[in-house]
Amino acid sequence: MIGKTVIPFGPQHAVFPEPFHWRLVMEEERVLDAIPGIGYMHRGIEQLATRMEFAKTLFLAERVCGICSFMHALAYAESLEKLMDVEVPPRAKYLRTIWAELARLQSHLLWIGLAADAFGFESLFMQAWRVREYVMDMVEFTEGGRVMTSSVTIGGVRRDLHEEAIEFLLENLDKLEVGFEEVYQVFTEDPLIKHRTVGVGILSKEDSIRLGAVGPTLRGSGVAQDMRMLGYAAYGELEFQPVVEDSCDSYARMVVRLKECFQSINLIRQAIKKLPDGDVLVKVRGKPEGEVVTRIEQPRGELLYYIKANGTKSLERFRIRTPTLSNLPPLMHMIKGACLADVPVITLSIDTCIACTER
Amino acid sequence: MSLVALSRKKSPWLLHFETGGCNGCAIEVWACLTPVYDVERFGMVNTGNPKHADVLIVTGCVNARSGRVLRNLYSQMPEPKVVIAVGVCACTGGIFHDSYNLAPGADRAIPVDIYIPNCAARPEAIIDSVLHAVDLLEEKGRSYDARRS
Repeated sequence: MIGKTVIPFGPQHAVFPEPFHWRLVMEEERVLDAIPGIGYMHRGIEQLATRMEFAKTLFLAERVCGICSFMHALAYAESLEKLMDVEVPPRAKYLRTIWAELARLQSHLLWIGLAADAFGFESLFMQAWRVREYVMDMVEFTEGGRVMTSSVTIGGVRRDLHEEAIEFLLENLDKLEVGFEEVYQVFTEDPLIKHRTVGVGILSKEDSIRLGAVGPTLRGSGVAQDMRMLGYAAYGELEFQPVVEDSCDSYARMVVRLKECFQSINLIRQAIKKLPDGDVLVKVRGKPEGEVVTRIEQPRGELLYYIKANGTKSLERFRIRTPTLSNLPPLMHMIKGACLADVPVITLSIDTCIACTER
Repeated sequence: MSLVALSRKKSPWLLHFETGGCNGCAIEVWACLTPVYDVERFGMVNTGNPKHADVLIVTGCVNARSGRVLRNLYSQMPEPKVVIAVGVCACTGGIFHDSYNLAPGADRAIPVDIYIPNCAARPEAIIDSVLHAVDLLEEKGRSYDARRS
């Protein structure tokens, strides 16, 4: 019997694309306690926003996170539209929905690849990222950039979809679906993947509610909560149900994300079919005043924006609560009692985004 | 050309470290490693171990906490080594340049050889920079070998 050892995990680790640090208190192969160390990616965005013009803060909000940059821009624009009583044209709402779902697709496919890499399944990682490039092509063709698109603005969207772009979208969605179907089959049928994920990182329904989990982490524990049901953008007019799994382990969270990819493809098709005609941008005048809270479903869960403005050109307070921050307490709960070899899989199962968390 | 010098040119290994920023450039670096862009056709392999690496790719803006890790990684890499700053945050700090806790650019922490300013850097630009890094590595290797003999 040996005593306790402390193993540093990260900040630079081949599994994570971002610096994230665990201090793992181990007894033999079991983790007794896990202490997260964050702060490697702090940039002071909330303070910067109080010095910038509110219209420029949109670009800052977009750079909170490179993976879900569209979602942050959307949340910021929606918040300011609420504050300034702007009615967004219906076509812009639909375009926002289409692009938000593309962002969700690319984020989930990215995660699927990283998860495969964490199991040591290198070829599946490559396949998932190959499929992801179809989404990136669609993003680039319709929004004009791969990562930072700046396609949302206060009062609507900057770009319109022309006929050719819609054809391109539909064509690529078909290719994507075929490619993704193959990846999906490997994930749901491969015994090795099941061996690494089934029963690993259990988070019961009660615990997930008590610890405040959000997004796929919560839905993987059997709670049907999805911020898209609130009906922001054009989600109120589209048909969908939150994807829920009840097995409460890493496998359930993985299956939720895989099924959400099919859901996103379906939502984009619905939105293209219903796409109304008209303008995509209204002019916005004046300066914001008052307080507002916006909740949006990011790929990782619920994103909360709180904005307080006092009628001057910059905001008085800008506060972001990101899904990974909400998911950290459940993650600490899951890691206790796990094997050291399962730590990367469990950490990835909540889809950590450190850039969002530390801002 | 000695065997060591040849292998340096033939197969440089990459170490990627995200120091801060938004992750956008980090996922583009990862996209470079995957089938569509595929830098592995130039013999490059992504490694997690600084002691095996020849090229350090830095993305994101540097703060005091991540700067310390970055210096650690740099000093653990064997000579000769090349550092690429990918993205405008790693070059100058970008949109965050006047934030209270950031150094304006990765070159305040470690010496940088190649800069790619862009937000976010495109995979094509990253591939171009790693190819430049190969030439630079060969050049640095020659002077390193001359110093040693």
